[in-house]
Amino acid sequence: MNPENLVRVAFRALQRNKLRAFLTMLGIIIGVAAVITMMSIGEGSKQSIQTSLSNMGSNMITVMPSSNMPGVRMAGSNFQTLTLNDVKAIERDASDVASVSPQVASSGQAIKGALNWSSSIQGVSPEYLDIRKLKLKDGIIFSEEDVRSSAKVCLLGQTVVKNLFSSGENPIGQIIRFQKIPFQVIGILEEKGQSSFGQDQDDIILAPYTTVMKRVLATTYLQSIYASAVSEAASDAATNQITSILRQTHRLRTDEEDDFSVRTQAELIKTLGSTSSMLTGLLTAVASISLVIGGIGIMNIMYVSVTERTKEIGLRMSIGARGIDILLQFLIEAILISVTGGLIGVFIGVSASLTIASLLNWPTIISESSIIISFIVCALTGIFFGYYPAQKASELDPIEALRYE
Amino acid sequence: MNRKILEIQNLKREFIVGSETVRALKGVSFNVEAGEFVTIMGSSGSGKTTLLNILGCLDKPTEGIYLLDSVNIKDLNKNELARLRNTKIGFVFQAYNLLPRTSALENVELPLFYNSSISAKERKERAMYALEAVKLADRLDHTPNQLSGGQQQRVAIARALVNEPVMILADEATGNLDTRTSYEIMALMQELNQQQDKTIVFVTHEPDIASFSSRTIMLRDGRLQKDSINENRKSAREALDTLPATDDY
Repeated sequence: MNPENLVRVAFRALQRNKLRAFLTMLGIIIGVAAVITMMSIGEGSKQSIQTSLSNMGSNMITVMPSSNMPGVRMAGSNFQTLTLNDVKAIERDASDVASVSPQVASSGQAIKGALNWSSSIQGVSPEYLDIRKLKLKDGIIFSEEDVRSSAKVCLLGQTVVKNLFSSGENPIGQIIRFQKIPFQVIGILEEKGQSSFGQDQDDIILAPYTTVMKRVLATTYLQSIYASAVSEAASDAATNQITSILRQTHRLRTDEEDDFSVRTQAELIKTLGSTSSMLTGLLTAVASISLVIGGIGIMNIMYVSVTERTKEIGLRMSIGARGIDILLQFLIEAILISVTGGLIGVFIGVSASLTIASLLNWPTIISESSIIISFIVCALTGIFFGYYPAQKASELDPIEALRYE
Repeated sequence: MNRKILEIQNLKREFIVGSETVRALKGVSFNVEAGEFVTIMGSSGSGKTTLLNILGCLDKPTEGIYLLDSVNIKDLNKNELARLRNTKIGFVFQAYNLLPRTSALENVELPLFYNSSISAKERKERAMYALEAVKLADRLDHTPNQLSGGQQQRVAIARALVNEPVMILADEATGNLDTRTSYEIMALMQELNQQQDKTIVFVTHEPDIASFSSRTIMLRDGRLQKDSINENRKSAREALDTLPATDDY
């Protein structure tokens, strides 16, 4: 029998039992739709985590103080191991570091007129904006001169602006008080939204580090150092350079542990990326199980169908069907069921992903590969689970099949 | 002399059932020439079903020679036998064996699906022609459950005709039908035999059916008991006219 006739014969056989064909398909439809939806949700959340992390600066490096002493250990910011000298040394000697900024912070109440807001002030250098990928919406960034003179100027995040100023009021040039110290607002930052950890990135007040260190905290130690590598790829090299520079400036012997820790954003992205990959894998695995069950459904129905249609098989053989014709007919029936089911499943899966994205606001990404893979898998499922019943049908003895009641 | 459609010499068929050997055919010989209408008769156990299976190339003899249209089926494998069934034999069964929920036309087309040398267009034309031959041209789209028993059997006969076989092989083809419809089918068979010169081998156990054929072969206990030409062959058309009207109850 030529291929066209084979497909036609199989198609007509399915047409004769539309409801059953559809019910058989249902397993595959649900399986494929589930795989595509799950993969799109997994892929979407992975992508959104990665995007929000790179928005924080994908080549960002943070140095935190830590203790190398035995005994009671305290929170990182309480260690006094990082100084401005460290920052200068990194600036001077680390060739893979593009820019570097010291960081000190103090939380407290910001007051403007009758309004007040509990926030924290960050003492940084102008490079900090670059490192954290913060953009200025309005006004100017404080200058090196402001840093040198410990000027009482600050930049505000959108949340702070909203809480301290009535709408329509221009904050630029106005004075706010932070811990009773007056700061002049010279710039406003663009909105950044929540970080992937749920932290409000707009609840921020930036001031020259010298100002915060001298006037607010009265300290000479830094809470952390922010740096950016020249590129994301250079993150590891930059980390190594910073580590060796700091060991030198801190005069640590080779057998001593570091009294600081260096983290890169790339590392974090990688870790979170692999976590969400695992999540995607898990979701897909669960969805795949339903696809396999759908396949078993096909096998079940095809098996029943062969028994039920024994007489038809006998007739077909008596009018000239060869074993291979019968085998191919049943196999093609199974493939038609699974491929049609697959197509419907793709359609439903894609619609479900889009619906989830628009109704629940979850990020979903429908990748072509998930469609292609699940489609191929379901075609293979049809072949795999359709083969055994088809094989059984083709081996029937025409004489006995004709007499079967 | 007409060409020989069937040549059977000393045909034997044995089955092994448990430890016993059942000899269903014990050496049967006969020939059938083109244009003959042969009935094969015999009671159950006479070996007629076994013979029918062999004649239909569904089974092979244990011993002996069977030539169908000069092809020795002994040398053929399963697939070649299937091809032979497809091109040289037209089966008509007692239970019609039509595909359910499938139109008469598609049922008739079925054998041609298994013959790749026939185009879709030719397939349809030939099926329509065959349905015309059995006077069902107006029932092309009817499915079997929309047809009476006699009509269903006529669709089955059309299906047997559609591949232009050298022989129509009927297995108790009137067994499920009442007398009137049986005679109608036999009238159709006679018409195909006499007007279109079709060779027909008809297996039956009803003597009045046999009387419509040109020759009767009697089997008994796996042997040929009698092989006789019907001198006064009855016309099924005339027999039909002598039947009482159907609406007499």
